[in-house]
Amino acid sequence: MGALISLVAVAAIVLLASVGASTGDGLRFVFGVILPGVAFAVFLGGIIFRVVHWAKSPVPFRIPTTTGQAKSLPWIHNNELEAPSGLPGVIGRMALEVLAFRSLFRNTRVEILPEKSKVNYIADKALWAAAMAFHWAMFIIVLRHFRFFVEPVPAWVEMLQSVDGFFQIGLPVYYGTTFLMVVGLAYLLARRFFDSKVRYISLPTDYFALYLLLGIALTGIVMRHIEKIDVVQVKAAIVGWASFQPAVPVGVGLWYFVHVTLVSALLIYFPFSKLLHAPGVFLSPTRNLANNNRVRRHINPWNPDIQGHSYAEWEDEFRDKLKASGYALEKE
Amino acid sequence: MAEKSPQELIQIDLTPPPRKWMNPAVDFEARRGTWSYPGGVKSLDYLGMPNVREWSPTDADWKLPENWQQIIHDGFKDLLKKYRTLEIFMDICVRCGACADKCHFFIGSGDPKNMPVLRAELLRSIYRKDFTATGKILGSLAGARELTEEVLKEWYYYFFQCTECRRCSVYCPYGIDTAEITMMARELMNLVGLNINWIMEPVANCKRTGNHLGIQPHTYKDNVEFMCDELEDVTGIKLDPPINRKGAEILFVIPSADYFADPGTYTFVGYLMLFEHIGLDYTLSSYASDGGNFGLFNTAENMKKLNWKIYHEAKRLGVKWILGGECGHMWRVMHQYMDTMNGPADFLEVPRSPITGTVFENTTSTKMTHICEFTSDLIKHNKLKLDKSRNDQFRVTFHDSCNPARAMGFLEEPRYVIENVCNHFYEMPENTIREHTFCCAGGAGLGNDENMEMRMRGGLPRGNAVRWVRDHHGVNRLTCICAIDRATLPPLVEYWSPGVDVSGIHELVGNALIMEGEKERTTDIRGVPVQPEKGEQDDV
Repeated sequence: MGALISLVAVAAIVLLASVGASTGDGLRFVFGVILPGVAFAVFLGGIIFRVVHWAKSPVPFRIPTTTGQAKSLPWIHNNELEAPSGLPGVIGRMALEVLAFRSLFRNTRVEILPEKSKVNYIADKALWAAAMAFHWAMFIIVLRHFRFFVEPVPAWVEMLQSVDGFFQIGLPVYYGTTFLMVVGLAYLLARRFFDSKVRYISLPTDYFALYLLLGIALTGIVMRHIEKIDVVQVKAAIVGWASFQPAVPVGVGLWYFVHVTLVSALLIYFPFSKLLHAPGVFLSPTRNLANNNRVRRHINPWNPDIQGHSYAEWEDEFRDKLKASGYALEKE
Repeated sequence: MAEKSPQELIQIDLTPPPRKWMNPAVDFEARRGTWSYPGGVKSLDYLGMPNVREWSPTDADWKLPENWQQIIHDGFKDLLKKYRTLEIFMDICVRCGACADKCHFFIGSGDPKNMPVLRAELLRSIYRKDFTATGKILGSLAGARELTEEVLKEWYYYFFQCTECRRCSVYCPYGIDTAEITMMARELMNLVGLNINWIMEPVANCKRTGNHLGIQPHTYKDNVEFMCDELEDVTGIKLDPPINRKGAEILFVIPSADYFADPGTYTFVGYLMLFEHIGLDYTLSSYASDGGNFGLFNTAENMKKLNWKIYHEAKRLGVKWILGGECGHMWRVMHQYMDTMNGPADFLEVPRSPITGTVFENTTSTKMTHICEFTSDLIKHNKLKLDKSRNDQFRVTFHDSCNPARAMGFLEEPRYVIENVCNHFYEMPENTIREHTFCCAGGAGLGNDENMEMRMRGGLPRGNAVRWVRDHHGVNRLTCICAIDRATLPPLVEYWSPGVDVSGIHELVGNALIMEGEKERTTDIRGVPVQPEKGEQDDV
């Protein structure tokens, strides 16, 4: 049900863009220039607002989750990447988490065999592999798009393209990342449909993000390989947009508008949704703090000024019993 | 004990039902055995908690304050301002489901709301409705729910069905920590008078007497003397441990269960034998008579208050530093919270072993060292006379307690001690130990009898792993460094893996120690006759 509603929503966006692109220059300007501009502003502004908001809220306690041996006695080998004792370890741990999805790599699947009274834990790296494929592919694809934004095309983008298109399949060359992004997304979507547990926890919005991303990838593929687009016109339109001299894009075709509108929708949706996991992971206190609690005092800015039940109160209450038991007392 | 047999209980289907999870109804009557009784009036009054009354979860009317929705809303807002964790964890979950089958309660019950992601969604759905634009506009499409009384009841059921073990947070790609979320939910529930007695009574006891069990100072002394008498029968040596002694070098803080009930008491005498053996200048305290802190499972405020006495007593007694016994959640508090809440401990000195001269560089600020750090340093420097063969009747495995493993990174120290005091040590399967360790399912205040079915269910993963080493290596001793474990693992292994005993590590240390002037040991420190090694036992 949720999956369907989200599909309808994404379809509506596609339809809207298509209609807009085919009705005339006015709406073309809206969909090709204004919407992406607004979307970009909302995206940037929204993320900055969120991150600043998070960063302003206090971290009262230092609560890293340790996943390896801490630094203790000098002859015990410690694991800086799993239980960092200081900043270098934290940076390493975060780098592994952000770049290699370290925690997801631990994933296992549980299996209960009642007839054998047995519980098994089976390594399950599929989610990790799909997540890595999708995220890295998308990241590289975004970088590749820089060729549309700057003239001349920077050398690093050229290099990225040639590595990405290493296998030289088809003309124009099929990029490896295209394949990885679509396969990764397809797997992430498929498990929401077919893994009963993931289906149960999925919200309509979870499908929405995946549909948007798939839509963006597929329209991109269409423009590059099927209804081939005039890249020169596209670049003219985008460079104009990026240098604040926008004009109605001409000769770019319908798919361009659909693609751009889906990207705009994603950008607008981003700061209001779970997609915030991207900046959020950097601020997660169970990962980005050192496990040096007993070495450096962590300050809680709102540490309440309260005391416990004092020794004097305790002694007062149990004075007779303490005396009878022969305890030395503060006050006789 | 749970009424269902292990064979019945293990018939678990992990496939969730087709209906949506957003329906909050919980039938408490039908689910007896899986929830805990509410906080008692006496304890709540003593602590000055809000909305004190007699009630039961099976009642239709939970006698909430009239404006309870407003109270929860305001409380939520307040917590969001105080804890970055809460904001981040509410905002960034993508529901990838990596955590889903990592929770012992989900594995043992198949109840989908025990998937950590859904446990968090119970709170998150209210957060969305009250505090986010998408939730306000899109409602249930964005996963938002109205806070109804039914939702609150669901919170009570599921947030007192989480042991705050943090196993899920190991697997979460963003480190979302359900323990933190559960703590927040419990803070909120406390505002309207929803809490459980197995937490509130210990908290009240601890405030008044210094320990969760409500042991008063004269009884404390009697218990210690009684244990020393028992030990004299075994070793021929009479110990006279100092209590509340001013000017001692070290204050030794332990969980109260260690001087209250078996098998913790054997761990306790193990500590005392060790200290006698090395001639340590230390003192116990019948005021700071519990390092454990059920405030951790209640509210941040009560946690701080209960912990406050530790430094207070260290100062009063004029000790140089603090040594702590084997306890899991106590060490979570000592390691991650104490210095922040009640420090700085600038009146203490950096812990230094008077026997080996080792300075414990990892405790320079808190000034509190773990007994396993202390003992492993002694062993490393060859300061203990040990006869490992005195533990030959035991085939030992080690249960990593949740908090030392996942909040301290405390993995090797206990293993080093075990390997030096016994000859037969076998690890459980790797997905069930170290940072992957499974909870005893009785932590965070859930180790009560009325919750026994849920404890046995949640205990399935641990019990199954113990069974595996029992069947493959003949393991008959499950060691741990946690007082709650020592109380909750015995019924768990009796249920899932009979024939295995539970003990602390310092009980094995006590067995192995060759004490000066001791008589020949014919029994272990439990008084159980030592069986001579039967021929060769092949190590499987």
